[in-house]
Amino acid sequence: MTFFIVASAIKVFVVFNLILVGVALLTLLERRVCAWMQDRLGPNRVGPQGILQPAADGLKNFLKEETSPAMADKALFTLAPLVSFVPALLTFGVIPFASPLPTPWGVVPMVVADLPIGFLYILAISSLGVYGIVLAGWASNNKYALLGGLRASAQMISYEIALGMSTVAVLLLAGNVTLSRVIAQQQHAHAWFIVPLTLSFVIFFVSALAETNRLPFDLPEAEAELIAGYHTEYSSMKFSMFYIAEYSNMVTASALMATLFFGGWDIPFTSWDSTGDPSVAKTVLTLIAFGLKTFVFLFTFIWVRWTLPRFRYDQLMALGWKVLLPLVLLYITVLAVAIWFLRMQLDWDYGPAMAYTLGGLNLILLVALVWWLDRGRIISGSVAEEAA
Amino acid sequence: MAIGVKVMKRPTQQTSYLRATLKGMALTFSHLLRPKVTMQYPEEKSSKDWTLSSRWRGTHRMLTDEQGRAKCVACGLCPQICPANCIKLVPGEDEAGHRYPLIYEIDEFRCIFCGYCQEVCPEEAIHVGVHYENSEYSRDRFVYDLERLTAQTHPVSTLWDPSDPKGE
Repeated sequence: MTFFIVASAIKVFVVFNLILVGVALLTLLERRVCAWMQDRLGPNRVGPQGILQPAADGLKNFLKEETSPAMADKALFTLAPLVSFVPALLTFGVIPFASPLPTPWGVVPMVVADLPIGFLYILAISSLGVYGIVLAGWASNNKYALLGGLRASAQMISYEIALGMSTVAVLLLAGNVTLSRVIAQQQHAHAWFIVPLTLSFVIFFVSALAETNRLPFDLPEAEAELIAGYHTEYSSMKFSMFYIAEYSNMVTASALMATLFFGGWDIPFTSWDSTGDPSVAKTVLTLIAFGLKTFVFLFTFIWVRWTLPRFRYDQLMALGWKVLLPLVLLYITVLAVAIWFLRMQLDWDYGPAMAYTLGGLNLILLVALVWWLDRGRIISGSVAEEAA
Repeated sequence: MAIGVKVMKRPTQQTSYLRATLKGMALTFSHLLRPKVTMQYPEEKSSKDWTLSSRWRGTHRMLTDEQGRAKCVACGLCPQICPANCIKLVPGEDEAGHRYPLIYEIDEFRCIFCGYCQEVCPEEAIHVGVHYENSEYSRDRFVYDLERLTAQTHPVSTLWDPSDPKGE
């Protein structure tokens, strides 16, 4: 028991700090990648290649004046950044990030809390994040902040549905919501869920962009329309907390995508990492594998942000309710039938054969989807009917 | 749709959001790997693509003769032509009858850097310089006196392009 408490405390401490450092470096990465994409160099002055820029930014934020609008609701105004900040960090708690680590006192699973409810917990906690944003918009007593908050609530609730639904497909295949079990299944079958659940991943990715309020879905901030959206009235560390929350949501979303669809900490094309006794080398290498997968998604987030323009509000809602939701429902139906057929009629277990069969099905569905999207009917700007 | 807005009927390949997205992603990624155009200012002040023009009109410089005296003969043409009225000149004369400026001050805050003083100067004494790093700790340091003007070492402006003197 003592061992469990000590080990958990250490894991909490390490993971918390790693995420905060990761978030700090992510802000730098964002700025530098943005610069590179615009043929610039980006911040490279503070420390080698600008590596200390986040530290300088953090220090600056501590020293900034803390403003509090006269007509704001003081209590909620102070509470909002916390409500946004805490769930963003909490969600990472259930994601396994490496293979178990052997210590002289016993084997430590490399996950802060391997909750049996797994990604249900993530869905529950990440939905709380929207409260922080809405409260911030409301408490600021500023019309732009309020509009940002309203948009955030509508957007996040809409896309939560598609996000949750796309994980149902994972649930159908894995039969379990515990993330360590989901990873184990992908490892033993040597087939990551991206193969049998390609479309689910696509939907999950789009919804994750919307959930984390990243471009092209950053309507809650929409600086061209709403100044800075819900955090217009915030300064100093309160603003910083919103910023950290946004980026740690990004980290969690990326880690979740890596876990659900790309085998988590599994090293591809080898079973060495998941069989046999745990060792330090395995832990380190799987941690690197997990880090790389997460990094790829983080980079994609940044890449998308500096490529795509922002959606109009009606386009956002149309995409969420008229495209993603029916699509994901249809997909789950098709997939459930396919899985039922393979499991019950042909008596298959999840393995490469089943994965690639379902992969073929996904490929057909994906091609059909792309063909349909490409008709220009979906988000094609405001194209009016040709006048008769 | 709003009244009277004409909407072009475009072919699918131009209206497809999906294709536009992929194309955009490819474009941004290709830019990621291209050479950067940033000039890192304090270290590099010019690059092969960009240098300060030789016609640049910056803070002034007074040229000197072989004895190190200012070439100025205090004829008074530069304060006369100066549209910003920023040159203060008090003429003096030595025993040999040579005129020289007793006081020659240019208020660089008032100056509009038109370069007329250089154009009008018969002795090629006062020049605008190819120079732009002028920061100071106090405002009064921006009134340049004769000593400071002669002490400047930066290159002087050509005012016109030497290869195209008539501006054709």
